[in-house]
Amino acid sequence: MLNVEKIREMNIFSRRIQMEVVKMIAGLGIGHLGGSLSVTDLLSVLYCNQMKYDPKNPQWEDRDWFILSKGHAGPALYSTLALKGFMPVEELATLNRPHTKLPSHVDRTKTPGVDMTCGSLGQGASAAAGIALGFQMDGKDNYVYVAFGDGEINEGQVWEMALFAGHRKLSHLIGFVDYNKLQLDGPTDEICKLGDVAKKFEEFGWYAQSVDGHDVAAIDEAIERAKAQSEKPSMIVLNTVKGNGWSRSANQVGSHSRGLNEEELKEALAEMQAAIDSY
Amino acid sequence: MYKLAEKPYDDPVEMRKVFCDTLMELAEKNKDIIVLDADLMGAMGTKPFLQKFPEQTVDCGIQEANMVGVAAGLSAVGKVPFVHTFAPFITRRACDQVFVSGAYAKLNVKLVGSDPGITAALNGGTHMPFEDMGIMRGIPEMTVLEPTDTVMLADIIRQISGVYGMHYMRLVRKQSVRIYEDGSTFEIGRAVTLREGKDVTIIASGYCVAEALKAAEELSVRGIGARVLNMFTWKPLDTEAVVKAARETGAIVTAENHNVINGLGSAVAEALVKNSPVPVEMVGVQDQFGEVGPVDYLAERFELKAENIVAAVEKVRMRK
Repeated sequence: MLNVEKIREMNIFSRRIQMEVVKMIAGLGIGHLGGSLSVTDLLSVLYCNQMKYDPKNPQWEDRDWFILSKGHAGPALYSTLALKGFMPVEELATLNRPHTKLPSHVDRTKTPGVDMTCGSLGQGASAAAGIALGFQMDGKDNYVYVAFGDGEINEGQVWEMALFAGHRKLSHLIGFVDYNKLQLDGPTDEICKLGDVAKKFEEFGWYAQSVDGHDVAAIDEAIERAKAQSEKPSMIVLNTVKGNGWSRSANQVGSHSRGLNEEELKEALAEMQAAIDSY
Repeated sequence: MYKLAEKPYDDPVEMRKVFCDTLMELAEKNKDIIVLDADLMGAMGTKPFLQKFPEQTVDCGIQEANMVGVAAGLSAVGKVPFVHTFAPFITRRACDQVFVSGAYAKLNVKLVGSDPGITAALNGGTHMPFEDMGIMRGIPEMTVLEPTDTVMLADIIRQISGVYGMHYMRLVRKQSVRIYEDGSTFEIGRAVTLREGKDVTIIASGYCVAEALKAAEELSVRGIGARVLNMFTWKPLDTEAVVKAARETGAIVTAENHNVINGLGSAVAEALVKNSPVPVEMVGVQDQFGEVGPVDYLAERFELKAENIVAAVEKVRMRK
């Protein structure tokens, strides 16, 4: 069980990631805001409590791997990595500028701590399964975490992988769907209805759970349950709010890709700081 | 070093047998060699590999996109995956996975597409890739190969297993015409000169290599000396050999079991216009879809035979 202090640490860290995200995107003028903000509670749990990693040695052989299949949420991952010491926080200001190590979509060849190149949706699925399969072949116990967007699981490749990983019993593969109910063109229910996502993965041979994706303790406990079983890959559906953390972006279709002006940035940071103060 | 067989002959040993045997030889010494397939191990003759190395075999089922992505992931943790399915499926259907998860991510996947061009024979147009090499050639840093016979195939598999990076190899599954003596070795990126000549150069690959040699025989009877190059590496192209041929023979005919658009003819022409332009004729598929039929019929139908090469040589010489 998590103690209250750990929960507080993870909540605060999530807001700190969000603050860096809004600063990065405001600095550039445009970016994938909504899907970055909805996934920070997951990133906080992974990087504060679950994953094995070494910022001084990003290629550490015994580390756990994190694949951000929804590669457009790069800003959230970059902020996480910078705050955990993989790179200086000042580097975040280079997002999407020429010669940056921080491109819009995550790139394993450019950013320390980024384990796979993703951006063409659905592809992180198979790469994650391949990495987990490689570890299974070698009898290693590294965990492989992979995060999908909800719109992303429209892609057939995700379901090819789901069948494959279920069949191969890749129990050290733990997936997440950031189910914020909004994709670029509108609500997921209106664009291409997903139905009961957890049940679908269960049918594909996965150990599937559905939790509040903004409850760090619930996410952490779900990961613990996933690790406690060794028969199946795990899928944890995170019920989230797109653009979470700032009242003007929360649950807004338009938050997928947008900028923030100076006033908006101040307001967003104030709201996030207020949240931190409240923990 | 390579040595030519005394005379080209129909190899009784199928390409797929050598493919499987060579991979088994490598797997014996290297547990990181992994064979992946999408439910075509029976067709590709790799079941013996599965039986001998079950832990190094991944039959994914019919899901090419996932298979290529899984292979990319495997290579990220140090495995050396050889991924096979029919050429159209690995190059067309899984193209974006090859591009992003493999090439753009700078990983190490050996892509093997079987039944190139007319050798898809009775599977017909849906399965008959005349564009696979062109698709792969357009992907940065991809090495693109067409092994000519069983001897070259074995040598190339051994070589690419030890070279980090993305490789695409198109591969006849069944019989090929044997050109080289046992034990021959080749340099990837270097054309093989099969025959010297001063009047024209025929640059051929795959199925068309044996046809080019037949054409050169016929041309010699007519008093025309044809140089024959086996351009088994389409990328990186041996520009030096192409330019040398242009300067020394003054005219070039390319011959390929592939669409001439975005094919070997295109690659050769690109090299020539930048360095030493000479007249070129291109024997190959003239922007058409495939269809069903035996290989011999299809070779006539798409005009890939020695007689078509001879006609192209006559034509190109008129333009000199």
